[in-house]
Amino acid sequence: MRQIAIYGKGGIGKSTTTQNTVAAIAEMGKKVMIVGCDPKADSTRLILHSKAQTTVMDLAREKGTVEDLELKDVLLTGYSGIKCSESGGPEPGVGCAGRGVITAINFLEENGAYTKDLDFVFYDVLGDVVCGGFAMPIREGKAQEIYIVTSGEMMAMYAANNIAKGILKYAHSGGVRLGGLICNSRQVDREYELIDALAKRLGTKLIHFIPRDNVVQRAELRRMTVIEYSKEHPQADEYRKLAKTIVDNKDMVVPTPITMDELEALLMEYGFLEKESDMIGVAEEAAA
Amino acid sequence: MSVAIAKTQEIIDDILKVYPEKTRKKRALHIKPNDTSGGCPVKSNMKSIPGVMTARGCAYAGSKGVVWGPVKDMVHLSHGPVGCGHYSWATRRNLASGKPGVDNFVPFHFTSDFQERDIVYGGDKRLETILREIKTLFPLAKGITIQSECPIGLIGDDIEAVAKKMTKEMGIPIVPVRCEGFRGVSQSLGHHIANDSIRDHVLGKKKLEEKTPYDVALIGDYNIGGDAWAVKELLEEIGYRVVSIWSGDGTLDGLSVTPDVKLNIIHCYRSMNYICRHMEEKYGIPWMEVNFFGPSKIKASLRKLAERFDDSIKEKTEEVIKRHESEMQKVIDKYRSRLEGKKIMLYVGGLRPRHTIGAFEDLGMEIIGAGYEFGHSDDYTRTYPMLKEGVVLFDDVTHYEFEELVKKLKPDLVASGIKEKYVFQKMGLPFRQMHSWDYSGPYHGWKGFSIFARDMDMAINSPTWGLINPPWKE
Repeated sequence: MRQIAIYGKGGIGKSTTTQNTVAAIAEMGKKVMIVGCDPKADSTRLILHSKAQTTVMDLAREKGTVEDLELKDVLLTGYSGIKCSESGGPEPGVGCAGRGVITAINFLEENGAYTKDLDFVFYDVLGDVVCGGFAMPIREGKAQEIYIVTSGEMMAMYAANNIAKGILKYAHSGGVRLGGLICNSRQVDREYELIDALAKRLGTKLIHFIPRDNVVQRAELRRMTVIEYSKEHPQADEYRKLAKTIVDNKDMVVPTPITMDELEALLMEYGFLEKESDMIGVAEEAAA
Repeated sequence: MSVAIAKTQEIIDDILKVYPEKTRKKRALHIKPNDTSGGCPVKSNMKSIPGVMTARGCAYAGSKGVVWGPVKDMVHLSHGPVGCGHYSWATRRNLASGKPGVDNFVPFHFTSDFQERDIVYGGDKRLETILREIKTLFPLAKGITIQSECPIGLIGDDIEAVAKKMTKEMGIPIVPVRCEGFRGVSQSLGHHIANDSIRDHVLGKKKLEEKTPYDVALIGDYNIGGDAWAVKELLEEIGYRVVSIWSGDGTLDGLSVTPDVKLNIIHCYRSMNYICRHMEEKYGIPWMEVNFFGPSKIKASLRKLAERFDDSIKEKTEEVIKRHESEMQKVIDKYRSRLEGKKIMLYVGGLRPRHTIGAFEDLGMEIIGAGYEFGHSDDYTRTYPMLKEGVVLFDDVTHYEFEELVKKLKPDLVASGIKEKYVFQKMGLPFRQMHSWDYSGPYHGWKGFSIFARDMDMAINSPTWGLINPPWKE
């Protein structure tokens, strides 16, 4: 069983990319489980074709304690036999979503969700690793490989670099490795080259560049992956290619995160920031 | 450096030398020979060193256990998982009169018993439900305090908003107290936080209906074994009117009306100086530190108090002192010969290491070491002049250091708490608990001194100890 965690900036398309990729892997005949680690609980809707499944924490709240839950109530089967589970958690601003992730994953482990027949477990994790709870999927004994979803936008790259820092910490204690970057295109200028360069700086590879296509949106509105909604569409093949790359990927690294200055230099190199000489005083003037 | 200081320093150095260099350096600042001029200050109120066994508590203990807990007509809710409330239940001997469940909630234990779901989803809604339940079950409770345990602070629950809303809904004060245990280095910060919450939510909310020129409040007496009752009796005999006690056998209204008194009499300075200073600044009420342990200190304190009042009080003070003189002399005559010259080592919280010195001395005993669990520098400053040069002072002493000091200095009695008691008794040493009075008390006031003297005699001169040899006599 390979356990894989998908991280990336909020709104970058982690859940969409994960579900489409998982659908493509399942299409290859593999057994896969998705564990959604985000209180928004939108990691499985395209697989289950439902608005949002009953989450571990929501049901625990209803029943009183997590001990009162039955696995079958929170582990559902969707498209192509994919098993789906969502940790769930509070609405923004209250409680502790990170603890929800820990509780949910512990519950799934203790109640036998991780069956021997599974080839892959995918963790779809909330935006930034803001506290210990969101690092739960990459602790010892869980996901050993991570893919970071990013785009050519500066803040997405900034988040990717931050996540690499988190991986570096856990790489020493738990043995987790970075499998590569996935670029979910925002049609930024020279996006491929930029992310390819970032990947190299981080000591890894850009494993796939997903072009932007409206079919993804159309499929999503119908609560489906592109793989299911429009099997023959070229976009479906993009996800199949990504799926195959992940399945075949043997290139796992300890990332080498870069400094903020290096990141800015990179953006300058690819024409996003003007030359340094033009920048002198601009930020200071704006701040004043 | 005097000979006495040098001698003690040698002992301290010897004890500390087993530590790793970094620890040794840090601990050396906290253990010092007494320099009566205060020229060699003891470092205090610092974080304890991990792994060395401290006797300290946490901010929750300081608020729920010490300051708020004894306020008897309010319900004190331990907000969080069950352990903090359950294991601190009835562990302090703050006695309270009244009918349990009607006007006295001291014997009870209320907890919100947090579960995983409360951590994940937040506990504010549950808190509202609990507050309503308390009001339904105990409609006569005058108010409710919410004593935050650690997780409340970690997940950022907004207990202030809940308290505000429920105060309005239920018509009784609901006081949020942010005393999460991880705050500060000891229970001392909990005292401060609790003082501040009384200031913000209780103080001055009611007026004293009838005022007299002799209205006083007794601050920092927690009625351990009935201490506050003994002091109240003593003050009332002179003609003072004790309007309020903070907080032993205390009431919500008593706290509220305190800004209407003439003088705040403070006993436990460490835990309640904050509110005294506040009342001085905001209401212009003077405060005075007193000591009601043992006749010498009682007499001095009463005379100092009388200075602030009219001649009738001064006369009455002398009269009362005279009245009790022979009774006190009888106690001294009975016990002094049995206790004369006995050596004592004290390790208590934030007050008694200095306040009980006089009572021991009235019986001819000598303090050869003293330390505070959670004292601050102002506590030590007050202590230096009360002890002989060279007496060892120890701050937040570790179990190892305390045991070694006892082995080297060989006291006749160790006076400390439950965590220390059995260690020293197993070493064959007489021991008295100075937090709880060992199921005895009161020790305050005229009445308390005779009990104190009896208890010390009972411990030191018990024939039991003759049957066991401490390590240095083997």
